[in-house]
Amino acid sequence: MINFLANPARFMSATAWVAPAFGVLAALLFVIGVRDGLFHSPAEQFQGETVRIMYVHVPAAWWSLGVYTFMAGASFVSLVWRHAMADLAARAAAPIGATFAAICLITGSIWGAPTWGTWWEWDGRLTSMLILFLTYLGYLALVAAVDDEEKASRLAAILCLAGFVNIPIVHFSVEWWSTLHQPASVLRPGGSSIDASMRAPLFTMAGAYFSLFVALAIAHMRASVHRRRVEAARLRAAGAGP
Amino acid sequence: MKAIIATFWRDVALLWSGGGGALAPLGYFIGAVVLAPLAMGPDRTLLAAAGPPLAWVAAALAVLASLEKLFQADLEDGSLDQMLLSDTPLEALVFAKGAALWLVVGLPLAFAAGPAAIALQAPLERVPVIIVSLLLGLAAFIGAGLVGAAVAAGVKRGGVLIALLVLPFFAPPIIFGASVAAGQDIDAALALLAGCALFGCVLGPFAAAAALRLQAE
Repeated sequence: MINFLANPARFMSATAWVAPAFGVLAALLFVIGVRDGLFHSPAEQFQGETVRIMYVHVPAAWWSLGVYTFMAGASFVSLVWRHAMADLAARAAAPIGATFAAICLITGSIWGAPTWGTWWEWDGRLTSMLILFLTYLGYLALVAAVDDEEKASRLAAILCLAGFVNIPIVHFSVEWWSTLHQPASVLRPGGSSIDASMRAPLFTMAGAYFSLFVALAIAHMRASVHRRRVEAARLRAAGAGP
Repeated sequence: MKAIIATFWRDVALLWSGGGGALAPLGYFIGAVVLAPLAMGPDRTLLAAAGPPLAWVAAALAVLASLEKLFQADLEDGSLDQMLLSDTPLEALVFAKGAALWLVVGLPLAFAAGPAAIALQAPLERVPVIIVSLLLGLAAFIGAGLVGAAVAAGVKRGGVLIALLVLPFFAPPIIFGASVAAGQDIDAALALLAGCALFGCVLGPFAAAAALRLQAE
């Protein structure tokens, strides 16, 4: 699979329909998820209507971590096999993951203001997410700062893997402070404690975020391949000229 | 082994030369420590509660100020190519450079943190442990700093970029270090700081050397 997609031409023909298909799927899931989350799921006993922010907030948190994990995997493949498409995949994923992390922080802040009575709290999970966001920003800044595109990708891949090692350390070190944030309620040993009426829209939204990520990342990768082809054609034309 | 020791002393000499290059982070550190109480107000109880961890913030900033030139000069003047040509693995030479930075910049910073912590109203008996914590913490900072400095070595005026890159890596040591400075869970925090330092010393040179090989291509 990894070898098959290493060839840009094969990648292009194999993914021609992936981005639009996942884009449509994402739109569909967002419509269903937002409808169920806003209208067909109950308000929560203690949090009231603000609980609905969860349907935007929690999938963003999940996938900001998921996207970083994907980037670390792509970076590893890129460094080990000098895989051109893995380079592009990691670079395409970074701005999407950064946006998910930003959405998570912003919606969390909006939810925290009425529920905790504060816009920001230096609690373990908030701080971890903020540092993940900073890690994304560092990656994007490095890619933007290095002129040579291929070198930028490889250097960013090293930084990405170093950051991947760092994130769990950050997580456990900020857990050290006693936290205000409620403990995990879905992904925890002993099964999910969240009611089915809320779980369904939550997972629908998680699917929507994932589809959106796939659609945007593939579209970005395809655009990069097209851009490189245009550049190569221009160079050939310039070389062939008088 | 000879090349490692030679690189170490070369970097010590380079860091000392050039208009007090090693003293600049120290000056930065003292400046930050002086500014903190001016911003917080001279209230003794407030400073005693919140002051000592500020020595850690100042130390982190001072290390950042020393990272930009670490590999940039080697890349520009061809020293890096010589290092790649030598039989000694680049990782070991990078480690030697990091050790030199720790000796020339880290050691004075850690000892300057003693008087700084007293000025920030830390109790006297806590000062030695703050110095020890900074010796460990600065090793962790430098380990992370090697990676940041190596991936950004080819970027002109990369100082601000390096600061952004290493910020997430500075978070765990500063949490444990501030805990020591504030006098909470000192033993556990010191053990964890030592872990961060070992981690930085082992992984930092490997990641930095991989980046430097790319820079030299």
